[in-house]
Amino acid sequence: TPSSCLRPPSPPPTRALTPRTRELPPLPQLAELPELHQMMRQTCRDYAQKELAPIAAQLDKDHKFPAKQVKELGAMGVMAVEVPESLGGAGMDYLAYCLAVEELSRGCASTGVIVSVNNSLYLGPILKFGTEEQKKQWITPFTTGERVGCFALSEPGNGSDAGAASTLAQQEGDEWVLSGTKAWITNCWDASATVVFATTDKSLKHKGISAFLVPMPHPGLSLGKKEDKLGIRASSTANIILEDCRIPLGNMLGERGMGFKIAMQTLDSGRLGIAAQALGIAQAALDCSADYAHKRTAFGAPIGKLQAIQFKLADMALAIESARLLTWRAAMLRDAKKPFTKEAAMAKLAASEAATFVSHQAIQVLGGMGYVTDMPAERHYRDARITEIYEGTSEIQRLVIANNILKEYQQ
Amino acid sequence: MHRSSEVKHVASYLNTRGCECFGQPCESHCPVLTDRTIHVQLKTFIKIRVKPDRTGVVTDGVKHSMNPFCEIAVEEAIKLKEKKLVKEVVAVSCGPQQVQETIRTALAMGADRGIHVEVSGKDYETLGPLQVSKIFAALAKKEQADLIILGKQAIDDDCNQTGQITAALLDWPQGTFASEMTLEADKLKVVREVDGGLETIKINLPAVVTADLRLNTPRYATLPNIMKAKKKKIANVKPADLGVDVCSRLEVLKVDEPPQRQAGVKVETVDDLVGKLKEAGRV
Repeated sequence: TPSSCLRPPSPPPTRALTPRTRELPPLPQLAELPELHQMMRQTCRDYAQKELAPIAAQLDKDHKFPAKQVKELGAMGVMAVEVPESLGGAGMDYLAYCLAVEELSRGCASTGVIVSVNNSLYLGPILKFGTEEQKKQWITPFTTGERVGCFALSEPGNGSDAGAASTLAQQEGDEWVLSGTKAWITNCWDASATVVFATTDKSLKHKGISAFLVPMPHPGLSLGKKEDKLGIRASSTANIILEDCRIPLGNMLGERGMGFKIAMQTLDSGRLGIAAQALGIAQAALDCSADYAHKRTAFGAPIGKLQAIQFKLADMALAIESARLLTWRAAMLRDAKKPFTKEAAMAKLAASEAATFVSHQAIQVLGGMGYVTDMPAERHYRDARITEIYEGTSEIQRLVIANNILKEYQQ
Repeated sequence: MHRSSEVKHVASYLNTRGCECFGQPCESHCPVLTDRTIHVQLKTFIKIRVKPDRTGVVTDGVKHSMNPFCEIAVEEAIKLKEKKLVKEVVAVSCGPQQVQETIRTALAMGADRGIHVEVSGKDYETLGPLQVSKIFAALAKKEQADLIILGKQAIDDDCNQTGQITAALLDWPQGTFASEMTLEADKLKVVREVDGGLETIKINLPAVVTADLRLNTPRYATLPNIMKAKKKKIANVKPADLGVDVCSRLEVLKVDEPPQRQAGVKVETVDDLVGKLKEAGRV
């Protein structure tokens, strides 16, 4: 089991001055965010552009988990943005977290999702529903970047249909025994713990699901083969197979039967992290297109002079900006402890569709160059696609939004 | 031997005057300028524009950020504090309201408090190394600083004078272009990058050191430190309070863009070359 002692923080990462430092134009909104948020956005941007962007292509080729960078991000406080300082986190708000994920994803989308899953899907539910003891044991060691966690809800038989969980949890004396298979678990090959959802009473349907904390590795828990994905390849995705996996009774998170509620609330917040990741990918694709539009000449002038390209760039920028404001608004509502489910769904939907749209157009702007690995456009295209699927498909987001709208108009 | 009892302050003086860059024309409505570095061939987004009255370059709407050499200076000061060789790091900057952002960046890196010497408007446009050095010298005396670390030069005016003049005004020894500095007993060993190679000197404290590129690699501000920076104090001071007159002794006659590069001429033989050079009055 993870130890509960606070390790001395590793020294913060350093950066070298080279011509590429802070090469990107700061986005105009910097002027409207509070100073604290501007500063942390700048530091994440610097880190992403200096340390992540140069290695992103290679990480993608090698399917390699960026362990060193994750540790450095941990030292910077980015692996546990919302966790209070008393537990080893940065003690900042959710808006700051969304800014961080966006900037990091602009450098490397895989790193963005690794950070997001650890923050929102693993630390999030434990912070909200864990006992003080559980927080010390399962949160603090996961704030430094030395360890990451994961979230096991989906199964081979159900993704969107989360209420139909078939992974079983049976009480035997002073232990829970888990059995079943979880699918599509991000980070699992690199994780040291997981939040697992299993049903303690199938007859109660979704009200019979409970959440459990399981360390990794652990007897009875094994990992399936790493999926060979289209994008976000530096982050590992695989099945988690539970066979007679025994954990102490104290490892239940929240109350019995509360699992579905925990999952849904966790995903509400998690989807803002994914919205932020999608924004980062979209922004990177726009950066690459706008830069190319300045440099590439055709018909005697830079292609940026052509209206066809200008219209594309305008549509791309509009899509990103709209989604970004939706994301910030949802994050601010959450920070103000107001209901934010509808806004979060809108943000994730808008941002993920923006990411696929923008990266698609980016390849178009780059033409042939967009199709080859020499330019990052093809990687953004591949990375963007998953954002419309995980942590709630676009279809589910639409259902969430519609349900909320109908409730608002209820007679 | 610990210096913490004797070395009270390390004042890190930050230059946050404008950052200019040489780059491609930009269509953006928001000419926000990113930090320039010492390498000129970087990709940036603002074209330098000379003001129509040719008294300087346009700085309106241009974002200013910490001079890269000053970042290195701040990093060195914080490293000394982490080694418990100094007690307090004070970050200082002279300029208008915006410099507070830069001071806060230094605080987020780990400096303990800041001092903003307010200079704005016409005074700021004509502020140069001599006036800044006078301000620093006055502050150093007031704060009883034991060590001043600055960047070796600002990348907007490339003067490379402030450190030297400050040391002269205070009658303190100076270790400029430092690529390494070590506190040894009551002396400071500084390895300087000079044209001929590396020169190692030992100077007494109090002293002025100017940071060169290879002194260290500045850290990223961590999120907890950014949060802590919010609570750290930045004191406001005016040059008059320090008894310094910021009136400039220099008058800028005119500022021009570099002349447009002319096309070259190809010649066939060495004689032709000499002939052309003579024609142009170069030989």
